[in-house]
Amino acid sequence: MWAVWLDRWQFGFTTVYHFLFVPLTIGLAFLISVMETMYVTKHDIMYRRMAQFWGKLFLINFALGVVTGIMQEFQFGMNWSNYSRFVGDVFGAPLAIESLAAFFLESAFIGTWLFGWDKLPPKIHVLSIWMVTIGVSLSAFWILTANSFMQEPVGYVMSHGRAHMNSFGALITNPQFRVEFPHVWFGALTTGSFFVAGVSAYYLLRRREIPLFAQSFRIAVYTGLIASVLVAVIGHAQGQHLIKAQPMKMAASEALWHTSPYHAPWSLVAWIDAKDHRNPFDIEIPYALSILSYNHTYGSVPGIEELQEQYVSKYGPGNYVPSVWVTFWTFRVMVLAGSLMIFLAMYGAFRGLRDDEGLAKRRQYLRIMPWAISLPFIANSTGWIMTEMGRQPWAVNGLLKTADSISPTVGVPLVWTTIIGFGIVYAAFAVVDVYLFVTFIKKGPDPERGPEEMDAEALQPAFEP
Amino acid sequence: MSLNVLWFIIITVLFTGFFVLEGFDFGVGIIAPFLGKTDEQRRLLINSIGPFWDANEVWFISAGAGMFAAFPDWYATLFSGFYIPLFLLLIALMARGVAFEFRSKLSHARWRTFWDWAAFAGSLLPPMLWGIALSNLMRGVPIDAHMNYVGGFWNLINPYAVLGGISMALLCLLHGSLFLTLRLSGDLRVRARAAAKRIGVWTTISMFLFVIYSYFQTDLFVKVGLDPGSLPVLAGMTLISVPFLIFTEHDGWAFILSALTIACSTATVFYDLFPRVMISSLNPAWDLTIYNAASGPYALTVMSIVALSILPVVFIYQGWTYWVFRKRLDVGGHLDY
Ligand code: HDD
Ligand code: HEM
Ligand code: HEM
Repeated sequence: MWAVWLDRWQFGFTTVYHFLFVPLTIGLAFLISVMETMYVTKHDIMYRRMAQFWGKLFLINFALGVVTGIMQEFQFGMNWSNYSRFVGDVFGAPLAIESLAAFFLESAFIGTWLFGWDKLPPKIHVLSIWMVTIGVSLSAFWILTANSFMQEPVGYVMSHGRAHMNSFGALITNPQFRVEFPHVWFGALTTGSFFVAGVSAYYLLRRREIPLFAQSFRIAVYTGLIASVLVAVIGHAQGQHLIKAQPMKMAASEALWHTSPYHAPWSLVAWIDAKDHRNPFDIEIPYALSILSYNHTYGSVPGIEELQEQYVSKYGPGNYVPSVWVTFWTFRVMVLAGSLMIFLAMYGAFRGLRDDEGLAKRRQYLRIMPWAISLPFIANSTGWIMTEMGRQPWAVNGLLKTADSISPTVGVPLVWTTIIGFGIVYAAFAVVDVYLFVTFIKKGPDPERGPEEMDAEALQPAFEP
Repeated sequence: MSLNVLWFIIITVLFTGFFVLEGFDFGVGIIAPFLGKTDEQRRLLINSIGPFWDANEVWFISAGAGMFAAFPDWYATLFSGFYIPLFLLLIALMARGVAFEFRSKLSHARWRTFWDWAAFAGSLLPPMLWGIALSNLMRGVPIDAHMNYVGGFWNLINPYAVLGGISMALLCLLHGSLFLTLRLSGDLRVRARAAAKRIGVWTTISMFLFVIYSYFQTDLFVKVGLDPGSLPVLAGMTLISVPFLIFTEHDGWAFILSALTIACSTATVFYDLFPRVMISSLNPAWDLTIYNAASGPYALTVMSIVALSILPVVFIYQGWTYWVFRKRLDVGGHLDY
């Protein structure tokens, strides 16, 4: 039991950690692509400095995204070997495609982008950053295909006690994937947008480089508005899918111990008593859960105890209830963060964006924005924790339990070793990362570099065997 | 040719790509603190691999993911079995990745020295660990009837494997210093060449000892007889010719031949394994093979189509990046790292 517990903690903390960097990479890559495209079309050196400034912050983040990702790739083998044997046939494919189609792309073109400012014509150079954007988005595409299979297994047959792929098409058109991918991708855009908006607000407050940061702010706030609205809309669709595909997760995220009445109310907040299966304290909004689930004021939602009985008769004895406390609260925190983001982005987009000076004068709002950088990170983490912990006790929904997924030969001391090892390294990385971010944000954009300087490199041909 | 064989070949190609490409940037990482006398020189050395190292590392990630997709049991047994070495490998790869990106971000001398040594350790450890892992793969490890590795950590550390680790690290070091002779100019280039001369000799000695040792430790002899076949002979011949090419200052050829040495050696290891992917030292019936460890035919078909259509494109654009950055770096130039 200890081993399962430790393996889960290890997977949980390393993956959430990886996903702190991932959405910022995706979001920033997109925004930098937009900025550099503006440089290429408008020939305005300001956009070039803009792209370079955000590019610096992007790279600090990207480095950690890459190195924590390498760990991800191998931990299915390390701690979850039975899982790997069980699903490798299906699950390995999207992972391998991710590597071949996405990681090669992003890693090669990040190199040409970073080192190519003086070596490539601007049109090719801007293409590099677009390639990175495509690469990181493809990476999300394929890894989420894999993850969706765990939420909702499709396109497989069981034989010899293992899942075997029998339809690749079904895998990439998984109904779960169709909502999960856009939700995560637009969530990543909001992450990049709020980051750029927050850091720009910091400069605007100090009245440094107003034109550059006012423009950055605008690009970010418009993107952020569109993306955060879409995230919520798709999130709603996800909830409606969830009730069909994973009703237990839905019930748990609503702390709905018993099947709801015909007009289901939605708990805004509740005090949960998991032992006696009741909520001693509950603030409810009438009809809201029915609307959330079915777009009608009516329709009842199945409850935990009823589902548990169903599952026992279907899968045999056992506890099929995930941690209600965690799923309930992580869901609410995500939705709250998302709502705040929509509100802040709307305010920014409709008020005070007309001229740079007017924007710089909205000091109250600008003071909030740096703090709002945390919102998408909170929503991303709680979203994943809800999705993954709400799926428990299953690793692959309905097919394989988490407890049966672990490596039988990796004992508790070994897992402790790696948990502590990775824990220390990750903690150190976090400190360095924050320190570098702060240093570079304080330093600000580089002064303009003239073209003479850029041509001044003393270059000689190489490869002369 | 069956799809299982095809996938064995694809994974061999991915590992070969990894060792040939990442091999030189491991080498550069190892030699940089010694070759670079000043901070600027050290920056120059790291910038020589700057645009490439991440993409090179993806060959390894792809090899791992390819194993997962095509031979899930191989992936599961290897990485849960070689647990601590893999852990160290991951820590090392993390350290060097972050070191390259972060070292020049701040200018304190201590900060930079720290990351230089992190890059050094992070570059030295992986080839050693890979040498150890590959030697053990050839030699056979305790695997039970359920395909689980039951050996523990110390089982992997034996004289043969250690020699394998050292040889691999030397090979990468040689390869890296040859790469530097192509990317740098002036004094640094001369020093890189001088280093390659010395390293070349030790590499050759170490590799030959390793090959001889292999005849006693593995079933290579049983399998191929006294004449090992063309691959290992080619590996040996290319390796011997490298020092001559360095002496005659044919840097480009020397680099190409050291790349060939690595490629042929990797191919030899996999050729020796074939059709097994992991050898059980307990019972030959418990070996993992390309048949009993593989995914089903449907998954293999899908993956073959994907891999065979994507890999050529990858070759093209990765080749293009090397072409873009073909110019030598020089002191006084603009540095990004
Ligand atoms: C929604 C997106 C997403 C999700 C859920 C994950 N990743 Fe990730 N990953 C990325 C999106 C991404 C990325 C945006 O493409 C990264 C982040 C920063 C970067 O450099 O690329 C990346 C980097 C990255 C790398 C390094 C690539 C390189 O060297 O260039 C690996 C090996 C992985 N990831 C593997 C994984 C695995 C095995 C995951 C599942 C447990 C995972 N990632 C979750
Ligand atoms: C990057 C975003 C992700 C985050 C933040 C995340 C988060 C988590 C968390 C918190 C757990 C622990 C759940 C628990 O033990 O209660 C977990 C488990 C797990 N997740 Fe995810 N996850 C992410 C993506 C993925 C993806 C993309 C995959 C598959 C490709 C995946 C596969 C797994 C596996 C195999 C486990 C272990 C078994 C389990 O505990 O269910 N996760 N994840
Ligand atoms: C504002 C309204 C929002 C709603 C109604 C909503 C709804 C949902 C639902 C129902 C899930 C669970 C899907 C499943 O388990 O299959 C989910 C997951 C998730 N949410 Fe949200 N969400 C909202 C906002 C956000 C925001 C703003 C972000 C990030 C910026 C975010 C990030 C995530 C992530 C990363 C996941 C896990 C991956 C997934 O299952 O898609 N969410 N969300």
